[in-house]
Amino acid sequence: MNLFEFCYGIIHWLVDLVNHLWYWLGDVLPWWFGDFFDAVGDFAASQGHLSVMTIFLEVVIVVIIALINVLNFIWIFRKFMGRMFDFYGPYYVGYGIGGWLQNLADGIKLFVKEIIVPAKADKMGYLLAPIIYIGSSILILATIPFSENFGVSTNESGTYVPAGALFALAAFAIAPFSILLAGWASNNKYTLIGGMRSAAQMMSYEIPLLMTVASVFLLAGSFGFVDIVDAQHDIWFAIPLFIGFLIFLVCLAAEVEIIPFDLPEAEAELVEGWTTEYGGMRFGLFYFTTTIRSYAGGALATALFLGGWHGPALIPDEIWFLIKAYIVYTVFQWMTWSLPRVRVDQMLGIGWKRLLPLAVINLMIAVALKSMGWF
Amino acid sequence: MWINMGPQHPMTHGLWNLRVKVDGETIVDAQPEVGYLHRGIEKLCEGKTYPQIIPLADRLCYGSSLTWSHLYCMAVEDLMKVEVPERAEYIRVLTIEMQRIVSHLMWLAAYAGDLGLGVGFVYTMREREVFLDLFQSLTGARITYNFPRIGGVAHDLPQNFERDTLRAITFFEGRLKEYEDLFEGSKIFMMRNVGVGILKKEDAINLGVTGPSLRASGVTYDLRKDLPYSVYEEMDFRVATHKDCDCYARYRVRMDEMWESCQIMKQALKKMPEGKWRIVAPRNAPVGTGLARVEDPRGEGMIYIVGDGSDKPYRVKIRSPIFVTVSAAPKMLIGYKLADVVAIMGGLDMCIGETDR
Repeated sequence: MNLFEFCYGIIHWLVDLVNHLWYWLGDVLPWWFGDFFDAVGDFAASQGHLSVMTIFLEVVIVVIIALINVLNFIWIFRKFMGRMFDFYGPYYVGYGIGGWLQNLADGIKLFVKEIIVPAKADKMGYLLAPIIYIGSSILILATIPFSENFGVSTNESGTYVPAGALFALAAFAIAPFSILLAGWASNNKYTLIGGMRSAAQMMSYEIPLLMTVASVFLLAGSFGFVDIVDAQHDIWFAIPLFIGFLIFLVCLAAEVEIIPFDLPEAEAELVEGWTTEYGGMRFGLFYFTTTIRSYAGGALATALFLGGWHGPALIPDEIWFLIKAYIVYTVFQWMTWSLPRVRVDQMLGIGWKRLLPLAVINLMIAVALKSMGWF
Repeated sequence: MWINMGPQHPMTHGLWNLRVKVDGETIVDAQPEVGYLHRGIEKLCEGKTYPQIIPLADRLCYGSSLTWSHLYCMAVEDLMKVEVPERAEYIRVLTIEMQRIVSHLMWLAAYAGDLGLGVGFVYTMREREVFLDLFQSLTGARITYNFPRIGGVAHDLPQNFERDTLRAITFFEGRLKEYEDLFEGSKIFMMRNVGVGILKKEDAINLGVTGPSLRASGVTYDLRKDLPYSVYEEMDFRVATHKDCDCYARYRVRMDEMWESCQIMKQALKKMPEGKWRIVAPRNAPVGTGLARVEDPRGEGMIYIVGDGSDKPYRVKIRSPIFVTVSAAPKMLIGYKLADVVAIMGGLDMCIGETDR
């Protein structure tokens, strides 16, 4: 049974339950009221309505499970950082479970703080930017399936949106726009520079990233996650496309803005970069969203290069997928705390002079592999 | 666009303001502004007796407090014509060099934090603790020690101090190697430092830059060698210099100084004579002047005291190395990127306590 069938069952049961009411109303009410409620019942029982509601439910389930994992990620981030920095990390809030509840405590603390909008900020942009940033980031989560049977599919046979990976990357690339908007609207020099840096950074990493992903699409012959992961049943793409995998990790680090490439919020020179003027729960959500993006990055790397949910059958597929994503995230954290930050012009240099030629070579390798018929 | 980096800013490590004018990300003008932490220490000194000023001199710099109280004591000894016992001089050299390591470690931590190197910050601060513990066993305090006295030092070395210090040095030398691998093994660290913030030899001399920043510009000038005070002429050490004039050179000079400080500490422990560690100094100073210059971890520190025959100084003038060095900021900054500000100004090892006094 896949997630679609499960959700379809729930929705079908709910619709049947409620339709009793509609049809009963249709029976007892006078003529045109009755017709109306009969029509409502017919609409609710129609195939189109059931499918749409099922997909809504699927999205909710997948996103909630992903968000729970994101909470784990923040916990791992803190614990791992603590271990690297010679301290324990969160400990007392959630005593006995490794301080897991610290995230929730911080969330509550941020939630009760006053929301301040700077007097001279551009209100519209200031309020809109977090919505775009957070919304586009959560959108990514809905596209990534945990396994063949556990993801947002569109019919009973588990057919996924055929351009899922492409959609995820597109949703990934919206954030720099919102950062630029936030930086401009906050009416602060630091945020402005942070926003501009974000745009400059996107120009440097986005092209090598997409060229690398293009090589994966080429080998898999599809834009969908399920097909890409199925194509890696025999060998992970990280092995034939090893250069591509490294480029992808570097570009992903720039995409999720972790330390070697966290130029938009370089805290040493730009205070907090583009988030300087945001406080309270908005800042909390930014913090959370950064981790959402890290999770999505880890999941993308897993699905595109590390064989997705394939692994020895001892552990369920979904758990394999999450384990790999967690490992990718931990490697990211390791990189974050042991490397200094690059400069903006150096970032452009890395992107255009180093990564882009390598990405072209990687694409040529993929073309060669494909044309020799090995994939 | 003028940007205020300070007075409250992660880059400043204290209260000062660096106004930079940027064109995009490139710096076209820079103005350092200091004075936010002025506490009137020179004036305060005029109302206190000579021994009372020692803890005040500690407060000049939280990073290397012992150097300043030692400098003050030297100035007063020059004024009072007091001969310090030899053992006291050796203890002073030992503690100053330990203080130099502590100060440089704090600089390294701040520098690593500025460049975004998380573990660099924590690990260097961790190793600083080893020496702070030694200081605690020696003086009872960890940051502001109040240890030197006019005519010696407050206490003799505690039991097992020599053994503990040698152990700490051995441990620290291993860790120093580790830092060099951590920092210089990182390509990004080198990218951020090599060729950034060039301060030419002539500019450095003309602007009065002293200390590691001057030596990184290729000038071999170290008061410990050129004007040996205390018992530095007995010590065998090398003046760390570098000819590259950039941030990497400043980093390298400080790392080399830490190696040399370890050597000086070992020699001081080996050559330390037995005897008195303090003599009783007179209460009142004669009419006259006293002057002392030392090689502070940040540059050349100088204190000039005018005595008027009473138990309080008539005037105390403090020459702060960073107050002078910070005037070289525009020379170093203009033409570089905004992100280089943290590398360049971090590489100067700003200490606002002594700058603003």
